[in-house]
Amino acid sequence: MYDFAYHRPKSLADAVATLKGKEEARPMSGGMTLIPTLKQRLAKPSDVVDLGGIAELAGIKVAGDVVTIGAMTKHYDVSVSPDVKKIIPALADLAGHIGDPAVRNRGTMGGSVANSDPAADYPAAVVALNATITTNTGKHPADGFFKGLFETALKDGELITAISFPKPEKAAYMKFPNPASRYAMVGVFVAKTKDGVRVAVTGAGSAVFRVKAMEDALSKNFTSAAIKDIKIPATDLNSDIHGSAEYRAHLVGVMARRAVDAANK
Amino acid sequence: MTGTHVGCDTSQCGACVVEIDGKSVKSCTILAVQVEGSKVTTIEGLAPSADKLHPMQEAFRDNHALQCGFCTPGMVMSAIDMVKRNNYQLDEATVRRELEGNLCRCTGYHNIVKAILAAAPAMKSAGV
Ligand SMILES: Cc1cc2nc3c(=O)[nH]c(=O)nc-3n(C[C@H](O)[C@H](O)[C@H](O)COP(=O)(O)OP(=O)(O)OC[C@H]3O[C@@H](n4cnc5c(N)ncnc54)[C@H](O)[C@@H]3O)c2cc1C
Ligand code: FES
Ligand code: FES
Repeated sequence: MYDFAYHRPKSLADAVATLKGKEEARPMSGGMTLIPTLKQRLAKPSDVVDLGGIAELAGIKVAGDVVTIGAMTKHYDVSVSPDVKKIIPALADLAGHIGDPAVRNRGTMGGSVANSDPAADYPAAVVALNATITTNTGKHPADGFFKGLFETALKDGELITAISFPKPEKAAYMKFPNPASRYAMVGVFVAKTKDGVRVAVTGAGSAVFRVKAMEDALSKNFTSAAIKDIKIPATDLNSDIHGSAEYRAHLVGVMARRAVDAANK
Repeated sequence: MTGTHVGCDTSQCGACVVEIDGKSVKSCTILAVQVEGSKVTTIEGLAPSADKLHPMQEAFRDNHALQCGFCTPGMVMSAIDMVKRNNYQLDEATVRRELEGNLCRCTGYHNIVKAILAAAPAMKSAGV
């Protein structure tokens, strides 16, 4: 680890002010990704701004059919929230399968979404449920937010404060976890919303992406049979020691069909 | 204190698990300065006295749930949080699933699972 200055602001305004003008400063939420990165000397921030002391950033609120989850809300708290379980059970279930219990006790919604890890679970939920990402400067729609490998639409110093998920008619997430880390080899979130069907895939590409052909087929007929012949091209998909691009392409179909079946249960 | 072990130092193995404000956490992935003002319990803080073990430690001993013992401090800390999180009611499948973040290269996990299942009611009757 390289030296850095540590800050623990008490309010969002303080955090924003501390980050301002410091190009090499980094915010920290759960630290489940950032601290390992620092320890491996893969990042050399001048300042680390710990958001852990900002009470206003954590918590789950419901207004009508929209669940708003504060950026600092831990994966564990999402997984057991009676509100999330009632309104979007697929999201609670997803949160309960991120990593392991100790990771879920620290890792946060905001940290995971800001990180845009290609194998992270939450981005699939954000895109499939057409969530809105709120930051200290404004709002981002889900489409277009995840720009690529560890890259999002966030500007330097811009902090995610909350993410709002509208209630879907039906939804389910299925992941084929890497047996060691539990990150998604491939994860598919399928949601039938009032604006149509959305299918979001994580783990397979450089960032989460939607599958239009499946969405069109499922809009006409929301059954797994409707997508059984849709093949995903392996071009541009991830290929590593855990699985080839062809294998991942195949898994997208399998996980999508399982997710539709689960959503219909 | 030497009880808490560093196994991997990459957030994978769980040998370093401690309890911070009642929640199990991988201590290799948290800065000391972050826990200022928090209550931290390590394996050293579990036994109520020098000649009495915590029910989870006792169950690990009774069930021969360790061989080299390197993973054990983290296993015990994670197991206690697991029992509480599940309201002292566990089945084998739940224990195996929730041990996801704790690696053991000696035991094959079998006796660890047995120990945790035995400790859950013991913790409940001991009120811990
Ligand atoms: C063993 C292990 C297994 C895991 N398994 C999975 C898994 O199965 N699925 C999965 O999805 N994830 C998994 N993770 C990752 C975990 O979910 C992390 O919690 C997550 O990636 C990052 O969240 P964090 O709160 O810890 O963020 P941090 O590590 O604190 O931050 C991550 C990045 O986001 C930035 N950032 C943090 N908060 C904000 C904010 N509010 N606004 C803007 N930028 C911000 C930071 O500067 C940093 O670049 C795993 C991690 C570990 C260690
Ligand atoms: S040493 Fe912390 S998880 Fe292995
Ligand atoms: S007893 Fe040796 S690693 Fe678990």
